[in-house]
Formats: sequence, C-alpha cells, structure tokens
Amino acid sequence: MSAAENSEQHDIDVSLVKKDFPILSTQMNGKRLVYLDSAATSQKPVQVIDAISNYYRTFNANIHRGIYKISEQATEEYTKSKDKLAEFIGAKSYQEIVYVRNTTEAINLAALSWGEANVNKGDHILITQMEHHSNIVPWQMLAQRKGAVLDYVALNGDRSALDQESLEKQLEKNPKILAVTHASNVLGTINDVKAITRKAHDRGAVVLIDGAQSCPHMPVDVRDIGCDFFALSGHKMLGPTGIGALYGKRDLLAAMEPIFGGGDMIRSVGFQTHTWNDLPWKFEAGTSNIEGGIGLSAAIDYLNGIGMKNIRRHEVEVTRYAMEKLGGIRGLKMYGPDIDHMESRGGVISFSMEGAHPHDVAQIFDDRGIAIRAGHHCAMPLVEDVLGVGAVSRISFYIYNDKNDADAAVDAVGEVKRVFKLQ
Amino acid sequence: MYAEEIIAYYEHPENKYKMDDADDSYSDFNPVCGDKLTVYIKVKDDKIEKMSFEGDGCAISMASASMLTEVAEGKSVDEIEKMGPADVIKMIKVDPGPVRIKCATLSLRALQKAVFMYKHGKRD
Ligand SMILES: Cc1ncc(COP(=O)(O)O)c(C=O)c1O
Repeated sequence: MSAAENSEQHDIDVSLVKKDFPILSTQMNGKRLVYLDSAATSQKPVQVIDAISNYYRTFNANIHRGIYKISEQATEEYTKSKDKLAEFIGAKSYQEIVYVRNTTEAINLAALSWGEANVNKGDHILITQMEHHSNIVPWQMLAQRKGAVLDYVALNGDRSALDQESLEKQLEKNPKILAVTHASNVLGTINDVKAITRKAHDRGAVVLIDGAQSCPHMPVDVRDIGCDFFALSGHKMLGPTGIGALYGKRDLLAAMEPIFGGGDMIRSVGFQTHTWNDLPWKFEAGTSNIEGGIGLSAAIDYLNGIGMKNIRRHEVEVTRYAMEKLGGIRGLKMYGPDIDHMESRGGVISFSMEGAHPHDVAQIFDDRGIAIRAGHHCAMPLVEDVLGVGAVSRISFYIYNDKNDADAAVDAVGEVKRVFKLQ
Repeated sequence: MYAEEIIAYYEHPENKYKMDDADDSYSDFNPVCGDKLTVYIKVKDDKIEKMSFEGDGCAISMASASMLTEVAEGKSVDEIEKMGPADVIKMIKVDPGPVRIKCATLSLRALQKAVFMYKHGKRD
C-alpha cells in the first residue's frame, strides 16, 4: 500500500491549500485568478518552488560522479525522488522508474524500445478511441515503421466509456500491446484498467497505461493494476515541467535496449564497445533533470500530506456540484459519464453550448479571470470523429479548487448566454 | 471583445454562401481551435468583384470573415496582398490579443491565398 493510501481520511481545507499556491493570489485581467485548467498543467505549491530554488541556491552540482559534499547531496535527493515516486505508484523499487520529460516521452520510449524489438509486420497494436495524441501518434509511427496494424477499442453508445464488446473483439486479434488511458482528459472517464489489464494479459498482450490524468488525482497502485508500463507527467501533479516517468516491470525494462547513448547510461566504454549501466540509469543518457526530480519529490510529499484518497473524494464532490449546476442550464451539453456514475469520472467536465463556440466561451471566462481550455484537447479522433464537434470547452478541477470556483464557472456560463443572446 | 457589432455579424453574417462561379477559392483552418473556412472570390480587372465565405468557427473568426467580404469588395488584388493584421484589427475595432488574432486573420490569410492562386493560376 502506498503512503498516499495510508494517510487518514479528512476533508480538504481548500482555503488553506490555496494559500500554498502563490499564483492563486494573483489576478488575471484584473480579477482573482480562478484556475480551472489543471488537466493541462497543475499549479505549483510554494513547497515545490522552494525545493527547486533551494537546490540551486545551496547544493547545485552534477550528480553521480562528484566526490564532494554537494554533489553527493544532489545525487541523494535526486535518487530519493525516484524512491518516493516508486512508492507513490506502488512500484517495487526505483529501478522500475525511468525519468523522462513527460508522459509523451514515456510512451515514445516504450514504443521505440519495447515496440521496436517486439512488434513485427502484421502484428496488431491496440489502443482506444479516447486516447490523447501522445498515446496515438507513437503507435501510428511504430505501426508504419513495422507494417503493423493499429486497432481501436470503440466507445459505447453514449460515448462515455469504452465499449466492452469492442474490447473483447479487438483482443481476439491477439495484439502485441494494449495502450489505454487510465483517465480521459476530455470525457473525464476513469477506465477500469485493472480489469482491462487482466483481459489483455489473458490474450498475451503487454499493457501500457497512460496515467497522465490519473496519477495526480487518485491513488494509483501499478502492481494492483498489474500493468507492464505506466506513463506519467510531473507537471500535472504539482511538480515542475520537464520531468515525468515511465514505470516498467523490472524484467521488461531489463530486456529492453536504451534508445539514447551517452554519459550516465553506461557502465564502461571502450573505443569500439560499451556496456550498459544498471536499471533505470541505462535509459537516462546525459545529465539528468535534477531540479525536476527534486521538484517532483516535493510535489509527492505535498500530495501524500493531503492523501490521494482525500484528493479523489474532494474532486468528486466539487465535480458533482458543478455538474448539478451546469446540468440545469439550457443548451449546455456535458460529455462523459453522467452524475450517477461519479465512481468512474474524474474532475474533468467538457461541454458544448448551443450558439456559442468553445473559443468564445473560453474568452468570456478569461475576461472574468477564469482559466479554462477550449479546443480538441489533443484528442482529435475523439473530439472530431466520435463526439462529432470541432472543439469543446473544458473545466478541470484540482485540490485547490472549491465550490466557489465552480460557481464562478457557472456564472461565466450565464455571461456567455447573455453576450450571445441565448435563451 | 464581444462588441454588439461582432455578435451581430456572427449571428447574421454577410456573404456567407458557397459561390458556384468563383474564379478561385481557398480553404484554411486553424488547427488550434478547429475554425474552418473557405473563401471564394470573383475577380474583374484585377479587382475583387465579390467575395463570399463558408465555414464554422468562433465569433471572432466568423464575424471578421463576414466583415472582410465587405471590405475586400472593390479592392485591387495588390491591395489585398498588402493587408495585414493591423488592417483586421482596424476592421473589427478590437485587438484580440496574440492567440485570437489567428482567428481574426484566418479569413484574410485564406483570401490572400485565393488571390495568389488567381494571380499565378495555380493550386496546391
Ligand atoms: C490523457 C493524457 N495523456 C497524455 C498527455 C500528455 O502529457 P504531456 O504533454 O505531459 O506529455 C496528456 C496531457 O494533456 C493527457 O491528458
């Protein structure tokens, strides 16, 4: 059980949490900043900002090789961050955690290293219709390189979840790998990745979970899920940009070849040959993102301090509140699981308004100091082909949002209706 | 940003139709927000005799396309080619900022490409 799950159950005092996030006491367009775009990137607490600043101010040095105090300290803090992340997601050890820049790079690493070695001409690669571009394009590229076939699990009739029949049917093709998102950044849908992984394993497929939208918002235990790979981004979980991770089961990572060569990833180098370093370092060529690891470490401490179960419960509550209010507005359509299925829904609400384009909606929110996102949310196949719209508006919540923020969004929707003279 | 005039043009656009006898047309889209539009032109004596558009998008992109159909009429091909974001801002009477200027200028860029193709008699 991860540390996050251990922490006791309590309600989150959002007014206290807000104080930890300096940006939330700033203004946007002369109004209090209401940040409702955490699915794109989260804000950072002062604890994370200070950890990074403190590293540069007091122990900045390159890691691994220095035989002096501050280099040892930097090495220790950096390595400790991997231990912490391993524990946070339920991995066995830091050796299963490869640091990369973000979820996108993590998935690409899996496709380039594992995929290159294991996917052959005519093989099937299975993904789903609710994936982010970062879990589509690397597989398209792999399929093109290898002459493999890329298949998709379809959505169900109301386009709120994966269609179980479609999943079964696609798995009958015995795909080499199934890559699926844990939580959708558009629909908010939380997939039952444990059950999906079991089904895929029964068919001999390796399973990669895109955890970009789950890891920041709920307890994650990769060993309980049983997945082979798990990808995540630090910047969506209170950490800095430029740090993310690919979790991989030890045996899989051990059998994989690195995609970059250079310093740090080797044990020894001769004029013609080299030997690789131990896991996970063999995948991390060159000087690491040291500040990223240290910042992520502080972010995990912060999340653990609140408790991932508490975070999840808080987000469900705020999301349900917002959905109740938005649900009563004429001409407003929400996507994803409905209010009776909060157990399979994250804190993301995508919506359309009849008579107002999402870009205009976001602009009117912006005028009121409210940050939301409008567009295809890097999920063009889902938004355009499945939902059948060019773009949607998206509200997303995190630990620093409360019902007042939801109310601000609901009021802004009222303003949109006034500006566009909607009934 | 959303002055009455913009909303009025958005809700009741001028010259929003497919021109069947156009001399040239150009379709463009804004990949960031999914605004899509096709511009049609009829040219006579090197002047825009008529411009129309079709498309789907935000109020800024649609209203500015609609206004542009009126502004472009009678302008020479050379004049059209010289137009820039500043002219669009003057036309819509608001500076929409660095991101949404792309919505506002989508129609001008499409018009300029249509004009270019007309001048050089080629399509890409
Ligand atoms: C579901 C999902 N997967 C992957 C990503 C990509 O994350 P990153 O841009 O940090 O690589 C995102 C980010 O929006 C996402 O929401």
